[in-house]
Amino acid sequence: MRVLALAALMFAFGMAVASAGTLEQVKARGYLGCGVNEGTPGFSTPDAKGNWTGLDVDYCRGIAAAIFNDKTKVRFTPTASQERFAALQAGQFEVLSRNTTWTMDRDVSLGLEFIGVDFYDGQGFMVPKKLGIKSALELNNAVVCTQTGTTTELNAADFFRTHKMKYKILVYQKEAEYLAAYDMGRCDADTTDKSGLYGDRLRLKNPEDHVVLPETISKEPLGPSVRQGDPRWADLCRWVLFALINAEELGITSKNADAMRNSPSPEIRRLLGKEGAFGRSLGLTDDWAYRIIKQVGNYGEIFERNFGMQTPLKIERGLNNLWTKGGLMYAPPIR
Amino acid sequence: MTTALRWTRANLFSTPGNAVLTSSIVLLFVWAVPPVIDWAFLRAVWTGTSRDACVGADVGACWPYIWARAGQIIYGFYPDGERWRVDIVYALGIAGTLWLTLPNIPRKWLGAALMIFAFPVAAYVLLLGGVFGLEAVPTLHWGGLLLTLVVAVVGIAASLPLGILLALGRRSELPVIRWFSVTFIEVWRGVPMITVLFMAANMLPLFLPESLDTDKLFRALVAIAIFNAAYMAEVVRGGLQAIPRGQEEAAKALGLGYWRRMTFVVLPQALKISIPGLVNNMVSMLKDTSLISVIGFLDLLGVIQAGNTDPEWASPNTALTGYLFLAIIYWAACFSLSRYSARLERNLNVGARP
Amino acid sequence: MLRRSVERMAARKSARQYWRSLAWQLAVVAAALLVMAWMAVNAVESLQRQHIASGFDFLNETAGFGILQTSVHYTEESSYGRVLLIGIINTIIVAVISIVLATVLGFLIGIGRLSMNWLVSKVCAAYVETLRNIPLLLQILFWYFGVLEALPYPRNSVRVGEGLFILNNRGLYLPLLQSESGAWLVWGALTIGVAAALALRSWAVRKQMATGVRPATTGMVFGILLGLPALALAATGIPFSLNWPHLDGLNFDGGLHIFPELAALAVALATYTAAYIAETVRAGLQSVSRGQREAAAALGLKPSLAVRLVLIPQAMRVIVPPLASEYLSITKNSSLAIAIGYPELVSVFAGTVLNQTGQAIEVITITMGVYLALSLLTSLLMNWYNSAQAMRGE
Repeated sequence: MRVLALAALMFAFGMAVASAGTLEQVKARGYLGCGVNEGTPGFSTPDAKGNWTGLDVDYCRGIAAAIFNDKTKVRFTPTASQERFAALQAGQFEVLSRNTTWTMDRDVSLGLEFIGVDFYDGQGFMVPKKLGIKSALELNNAVVCTQTGTTTELNAADFFRTHKMKYKILVYQKEAEYLAAYDMGRCDADTTDKSGLYGDRLRLKNPEDHVVLPETISKEPLGPSVRQGDPRWADLCRWVLFALINAEELGITSKNADAMRNSPSPEIRRLLGKEGAFGRSLGLTDDWAYRIIKQVGNYGEIFERNFGMQTPLKIERGLNNLWTKGGLMYAPPIR
Repeated sequence: MTTALRWTRANLFSTPGNAVLTSSIVLLFVWAVPPVIDWAFLRAVWTGTSRDACVGADVGACWPYIWARAGQIIYGFYPDGERWRVDIVYALGIAGTLWLTLPNIPRKWLGAALMIFAFPVAAYVLLLGGVFGLEAVPTLHWGGLLLTLVVAVVGIAASLPLGILLALGRRSELPVIRWFSVTFIEVWRGVPMITVLFMAANMLPLFLPESLDTDKLFRALVAIAIFNAAYMAEVVRGGLQAIPRGQEEAAKALGLGYWRRMTFVVLPQALKISIPGLVNNMVSMLKDTSLISVIGFLDLLGVIQAGNTDPEWASPNTALTGYLFLAIIYWAACFSLSRYSARLERNLNVGARP
Repeated sequence: MLRRSVERMAARKSARQYWRSLAWQLAVVAAALLVMAWMAVNAVESLQRQHIASGFDFLNETAGFGILQTSVHYTEESSYGRVLLIGIINTIIVAVISIVLATVLGFLIGIGRLSMNWLVSKVCAAYVETLRNIPLLLQILFWYFGVLEALPYPRNSVRVGEGLFILNNRGLYLPLLQSESGAWLVWGALTIGVAAALALRSWAVRKQMATGVRPATTGMVFGILLGLPALALAATGIPFSLNWPHLDGLNFDGGLHIFPELAALAVALATYTAAYIAETVRAGLQSVSRGQREAAAALGLKPSLAVRLVLIPQAMRVIVPPLASEYLSITKNSSLAIAIGYPELVSVFAGTVLNQTGQAIEVITITMGVYLALSLLTSLLMNWYNSAQAMRGE
């Protein structure tokens, strides 16, 4: 009899969990599931011990910090580009943070919801310096190498056709081969998203001998996405991103977050949970943003840590700077 | 001295044409071999901690790269603290193989039973984990030699029984089963393995329900087993054809049913004849495991390729050293397997021409 | 009485067997249908869920990307169907080149393995044992990166003349013979010339069989073979021009361009398969009985002539069937080109087109269908050859 009651209880509990929202499921399970790239410098890379670093990784850590006050409570699932959406759909993780371009088709017809842009990217070209080329418009009759992708070949083809230049394109299945071929001089130029070009450059024999050309030939706004159907979860993920950006704008960093809690500025006080009940309306505690910034840092810190001049990638902020500094990073206010 | 001279005359310089051939081969060797040896060994770098050791004008093979990557080559991305589990599986596998192949270890039947029934279960539990307090290690962390061996061994173990069934089906008296087997065999033998792997990676998930969230490695293994079963079937069919009809008729006259006739009379003889062919198939399978690197698995080849672009080690000599190392490994494994098959062929005294 | 009951038992037994075999077959058919239906239902559902189009209409859609090697007209505005065609052509190009190279090399090594010269036979054996036991993919990568490493940058190209021969790590450039209007007349004349020469030869052979004397035809053969096309050339005013490679932008353009990918793939496929062909050739030669060789020697034939005139023709019957399956493996193995970016069927269609359209089921089915058709064609040719051989043998 007691066994039966226990079983019934467990069943009821199971039902409750099943019908609960994503946030409750994550809380009950004790960790966040996060789908990331298998390995792209700056966005997500595992080290030899399996510790992940990168912008996409830090974003997920931010969510974990907000929910659990512990940024380590994330499980990262490396996903291949073809399987990422299906894996999110199938519930293998709750957030897909895998340098994914926000496009209309993906947003409206794949049953997922993009929650914002955490990196403004675009396709470009990298060439060996000794070619003496300063602009992509000088690439007439070039041999271009790339890895097979969904839009890379098309963007390159469009670019050369628009500018009435001849070209030959070599498409490789794997990164290893295409990098080796470019490095051995099989092609004049390497084309992919610019952030990817900087990553590729790192892995060449002499990174200093190669230069990324200024032209950007496509718009690639990268951002995290979640499953459609749980607006509360989408809100939470969206505001974690906004909190990162707002924190940078307000000058709150992981180092001064504690001190900033005593700031007189109402904007800072609202963000750090000293005024208002913004965290509670997300299903979190009011110091949610403080936890994120304290443990992970603001957007600028994350960017510098993963892409900045101190890293081997050395990517300029450019479009990814705050709107107040000539970039596109702009977050709605917390009020 | 004179015998040596006579041997040389008879075997190397019997005719002017032969003399020219012999000398040109010797010249070719003198021209080609020393630079290779020089690069791979004499000028090679043996110690170092990064690519700096391996760049320079007169530097040869970059062997420290292999030592530095040894962990990944052997275990893939298996978590550091859990690698002992892989070691146990390796040890069990080696012990079992020795038991079965060395002639002077007794009780082969026990070894065979353990290898067929106990070893797969033990290996499955140890490698995948998730039970008995073992940390779960998803297959995407598997790689290197571990992945290559898993694919080769599972592929062989699964394709052989399937291949035997298909071979029997191809010789069945029941037209539907015969046609089914023929079509199945010929379709898989007619397409390249890479398309089969593409099918497993891109097409199979569409045919499975969403709830059956199958592992990518599992799908690839299924595809490899099916693909190789078709080749196994053809070897077994050759063996079946070599068994005189009288054998089966005699068994029939004894009143044995189809399955008993096959299991106790026909198959034991047919499989014995087929062993060299089956081992040759296994060599092909072992070589073909390298294709899974194309669909994104980090097997031996995949790990080396990934390592070649590691900024810590990338240098002109690194990639070449990696490929040379792989070539030696694969060659040693495949060559010894095919030698083993040749020895079996002699021992079983088959294939001898009248 | 006894006989009757035995007969009845036998009848009952065979009836039971009949039903049993029927049941087995029905079970197999039912199981197959069930599995197929289950998969079809799943497929329909996942296609809807993932918003993947279905059907073969995509073959008419615009491809939009460039392809490295195109031997028929192709631009970015061409359709996916055109891409498929180019993939098939590129597969056939690399397969044919590799088959020719592999056959020559394979026969040389196979014969070499049986050479009286100890060193030659050992070297050939070592070749076979080395190349057969290393994965082909590894060999392809080795050749590809080996070739790239060895070739100079475009600025330091190896050049003969202005554009007669240009070699660099972008490939080999040669002048290309281009047909202009009227060229068909020359090609037609050449075809007629070859046909006439063949007819003349068979007439001469028949004459020799009948009379024992072979009529002198050499002069006439050359006359027809060269004279007819020469006449056509003169009549049409040489309707050919040479397209010379020339520097344009960063690279050479025009002429005949052989890409390093094609060269590496063909060499790797040929050297790898040659090891297998060599074994086939050796087995074939060994299948010819010793007496044949001794008889040839007794007739005073030199060993090289004995191999060519006595051994190989007889060995061919054993060699040809496995040779055909080696040719088929070359065709299938050419799909490994995907590793080095040579745009053959799998790489350009099952790779790029699949990525663009997402229509995995259709794309992979078409790809497999092409290979199946090729192997079916080879089997048919093989059957035809075997029956022709059987007739000649009697």
